[in-house]
Amino acid sequence: MTTPAGAEPKAMGAGGGAVAAPAAAPAPAPAPADGGAPVWQEKDGLRYRVIVGLEVHVELRTRTKIFCSCPNQFGAEPNTHVCPVCMGLPGTLPVLNQQALEYAALAALALNCRIARETKFDRKNYTYPDLPKGYQISQYDQPLATGGWVEIDRPDGLGGGTRRIRIRRLHLEEDAGKSVHDQDATGTLLDFNRAGVPLIEIVTEPDLASPEEARLFLQELRTAILYTGVSDVRMEEGSLRCDANVNVVVAGAGPGGADLRTPITEIKNLNSFRSVVRALEYEVARHLEAVRRGEPLQRETRHWDEGRGVTRPSRGKEEAHDYRYFPEPDLPRLVLDEAWVEGLRAKLPELPRRRRARYMEELGLPAYDAGVLTADPALARFFEDVVAAGVPAKAASNWIMGEVLAHLNATGRSVQDLPFGPGQLAALLRLVEKGTISGKIAKEVFAVMLETGGDPEAIVQERGLVQVTDEGQLVEWVERAIAENPEAVANYKGGKTTALGFLVGQVMRYSKGKANPQRVNELLKERLDAPGDG
Amino acid sequence: MADITREEVRRVAALARLGLDPAEEERLAGQMVRIVEAMAQLRRVETGEAEPLTHVLAGLGNVTRPDEPRPGTDREALLAAAPDRSGPFLRVPRVIE
Amino acid sequence: MDELYYEPVHRLADLLASGQVSSRELTRLFLDRIQELDGAVGAYLTVTAERALAQAKEEDERRRRGEAAGPLAGVPVAVKDNLCIQGVPTTAASKLLAGYRPPYTATAVERLRRAGAVILGKTNMDEFAMGSSTENSAFRITRNPWDLDRVPGGSSGGSAAAVAAGEAPAALGSDTGGSIRQPAAFCGVVGLKPTYGRVSRYGLIAFASSLDQIGPLTRDVTDAALLLEAIAGHDPADATSAPVPAERWREALTAEVQGVRIGLPREFYGEAVEPQVAGAVRAAVERLVADGAVAEETSLPSAEHALPAYYLIATAEASSNLARYDGVRYGFRAEAADLAAMYLETRKNFGAEVKRRILLGTFALREGYYDAYYRKALQVRRLIKDDFDRLFATYDVLITPTSPVVAFPLGARTEDPLAMYAADICTLPVNLAGLPAVSVPCGFAGGLPVGLQIIGRPFAEDTVLRVAYAIEQRLQLDLRPPLGRVAA
Repeated sequence: MTTPAGAEPKAMGAGGGAVAAPAAAPAPAPAPADGGAPVWQEKDGLRYRVIVGLEVHVELRTRTKIFCSCPNQFGAEPNTHVCPVCMGLPGTLPVLNQQALEYAALAALALNCRIARETKFDRKNYTYPDLPKGYQISQYDQPLATGGWVEIDRPDGLGGGTRRIRIRRLHLEEDAGKSVHDQDATGTLLDFNRAGVPLIEIVTEPDLASPEEARLFLQELRTAILYTGVSDVRMEEGSLRCDANVNVVVAGAGPGGADLRTPITEIKNLNSFRSVVRALEYEVARHLEAVRRGEPLQRETRHWDEGRGVTRPSRGKEEAHDYRYFPEPDLPRLVLDEAWVEGLRAKLPELPRRRRARYMEELGLPAYDAGVLTADPALARFFEDVVAAGVPAKAASNWIMGEVLAHLNATGRSVQDLPFGPGQLAALLRLVEKGTISGKIAKEVFAVMLETGGDPEAIVQERGLVQVTDEGQLVEWVERAIAENPEAVANYKGGKTTALGFLVGQVMRYSKGKANPQRVNELLKERLDAPGDG
Repeated sequence: MADITREEVRRVAALARLGLDPAEEERLAGQMVRIVEAMAQLRRVETGEAEPLTHVLAGLGNVTRPDEPRPGTDREALLAAAPDRSGPFLRVPRVIE
Repeated sequence: MDELYYEPVHRLADLLASGQVSSRELTRLFLDRIQELDGAVGAYLTVTAERALAQAKEEDERRRRGEAAGPLAGVPVAVKDNLCIQGVPTTAASKLLAGYRPPYTATAVERLRRAGAVILGKTNMDEFAMGSSTENSAFRITRNPWDLDRVPGGSSGGSAAAVAAGEAPAALGSDTGGSIRQPAAFCGVVGLKPTYGRVSRYGLIAFASSLDQIGPLTRDVTDAALLLEAIAGHDPADATSAPVPAERWREALTAEVQGVRIGLPREFYGEAVEPQVAGAVRAAVERLVADGAVAEETSLPSAEHALPAYYLIATAEASSNLARYDGVRYGFRAEAADLAAMYLETRKNFGAEVKRRILLGTFALREGYYDAYYRKALQVRRLIKDDFDRLFATYDVLITPTSPVVAFPLGARTEDPLAMYAADICTLPVNLAGLPAVSVPCGFAGGLPVGLQIIGRPFAEDTVLRVAYAIEQRLQLDLRPPLGRVAA
């Protein structure tokens, strides 16, 4: 694979020349599953390929901030989670939160990165009113981790198959505060609650070949991190943030028929997976259009306008960034020995792709089910607990993907909020399995469980919902149905087999749903098909 | 090397957000030339492969703190130092593009 | 009672312990002395008279109740104005922090208080500790009590002058390149810069974080040990503070020097050193040799590059440390219609020396210059550290002049930054290597005190203090400055 000179993340680009040599992350030992062959596309007579790299920031869910003991909590009243350290008061010093370091390393391991033996913090110097110290404590040339990858299932339109998207580096840093620009006529308002929240920055290689791949990558990344429990990765709350670098290569459009490579655009203000896709699609189209018209493009940073669906050049004078990185003297270097790394690795849960494969291979679930169930680690755990309690995998999957998810989606809750546990759902499904209740009754019982959280067996007993299998009672109902519905009986005998369903329905009505529908069906057929009657 | 022009001083001052009036800029530029020249003697020092010494106190082990919230400083005392406030926020003049 | 203001802390502590004087009396005495002299000397930026008297009263009552008294119980002490004290103006002698009252107290000051010390006030300094004469204070100059037309040295010039003039029995200072030792030498007092990491920097307004260290300025070596005992030790709020407990340094003090191996690195005795200064230092060393110490000339070749390495590292760190003074969260703000103008107008109020250093530091870290300047300086720092390590394989201590010159006249070097920087050539290599060093008076040149510097291995404060004590005991100098014309 030739090195795509394409999207080069900002941190490694123009801003960063100061320190000797940023740790280059060599390609991971195993080659990308499909060899990473360039994916050429055609549109309006142009043969082109897309190069995308992402820079992702994830807030870590520690109890306290990265360098002080203030609570790390989203949504508090402005300037309530602040102290002399995170406000950058003269004389204050940072002390690293052990949990932030471990969480960052766990995320790195979940993304198949190598943890550095020795790492350190650096100061990134720039001025912004919500950056209290006038510098951000970050990591420059010795990041915490390098050389990882995330696997995605490449869309069929792009050749399908499994593909590894390489991660160049992952490092730990502090977040800045928040500037509010639209609440004061002449000023900017500042809230420092977020200043000092621990962040990891994840930089990919420019391995993504389409906007859709970028979305798939983010989804896989999000799920993997969700599994480690180090972040809630919510884009809407800003605990997952993403900038994208994109350019295109157009075959034969360069001088002398060479391939033409457009300059990289960095896109900011991407607030959802959907806006990532839309912004990238917009930007690819803009590049292609410029090439078609022979207009020059320039390397620039552009802002995604969600409302209008366009990107725009970032406002303000294009000030050359010079972050003047240098080693943070207030924080000693860190040595991360193998035992520590292996200890963390042992804490890693089974990660989503692996779990998905296991659901398909060992439990025989369809790919779709496996994907839905593993998207949320809590849901997957719930499912496995139901299966462990003796319910067949497919039955458990059907119920969870049907009734359970319908309820959760409707209420906007998560599986942890259910008033009952997996054991109780398993008990309910076993009642169906044994024929104690019908599927229809089970849904009624489930509704009660959502209300009261009660034990399904108790609910069935209390409400007398046990399925009636007593032949005498069933025959009685069957006789009554035949007697009261001569027309339906005539229709059936005349060959309209659907009339049988009507009669079964009548029996179910007499029994208030408790009759075993299968047996009722059999009894009706026996009775009506018997020769000599009538 | 060591030629640091007045233009260079202006650029560096802008990067450091230092306000300088013209006379000051002129004087500082002159001084900076001499200072940088004096510092430039370092460039002739044979340092070979010497590992840059970033932290003089080695062997501290990994210094971290437990992830435990601690009661903070009196918040009002902290915010009272701000030159301009608006409700619960601190306030600065708007960025003019 | 009159001459109590020239008594060392350990004597005052004895008088307090035996009930011969109360803390209130003593505090009053020093407040009166400040009232009398400080108009001429200018050692203080803030005198916290009321607080001091209240603290003194508390200490007296505690003693009356028979509660365990700290080693400094009731002793007044002054604190350099770059150490934060909750509710007390703390400016680092900068307009950018005029009127600023921190909401918390520095660990070192907190520990002084816990030992029972009474805080008299905040002493003058060069703005953000950048300077060697205290002439860079935004608020006032400080004069040398030995000659009021001369500088007290810097940047802890206020602390040194206060102790020398009897306006405080002891003071805390900070030392980044010599800022405790050089003014101590100029003012005829003892100044100790501990090993980097020995004393917590939490609450010390940073100049250059990898070099800064807090230490005492005192009337004698015993007091230096006493104050160090109070402020040293690990602090979880400073990740660079060493997990090494404070020692009973006072008990290790002995005048015995038999077999002590002394190195005299020739780079510190070069042309720049005034002959009378070098003479006084060598004469003091001879006294030790006469009593069984072994001294020989040696070499620390990398020392000649220490000055540029120091100024590049210190200013680079400073350019970043001082970025926070932007008028947003605390301190001075210049009114302006837009943010960019506010930054520029606010930061215009730094003094000339601070601006020079911010410019130099910003320059050294710029893209394209980093390797040639900053990184190179860090490599030279490594060579200097290695050179010291090598010498300490042979010698117990190194002895040098603290400053190549005695106190110079006010205004003599303000127009020539490089000449001012040269005042620190003997002290700044020590900060680059993070070593402990003490300046102890060793004589006079033209009626002005001369300081002798003793440098030791990391965390060997016991050794440097012991050798300093041995010199002090042998020389028995009268270190009361001729302040008659002021006091009269």
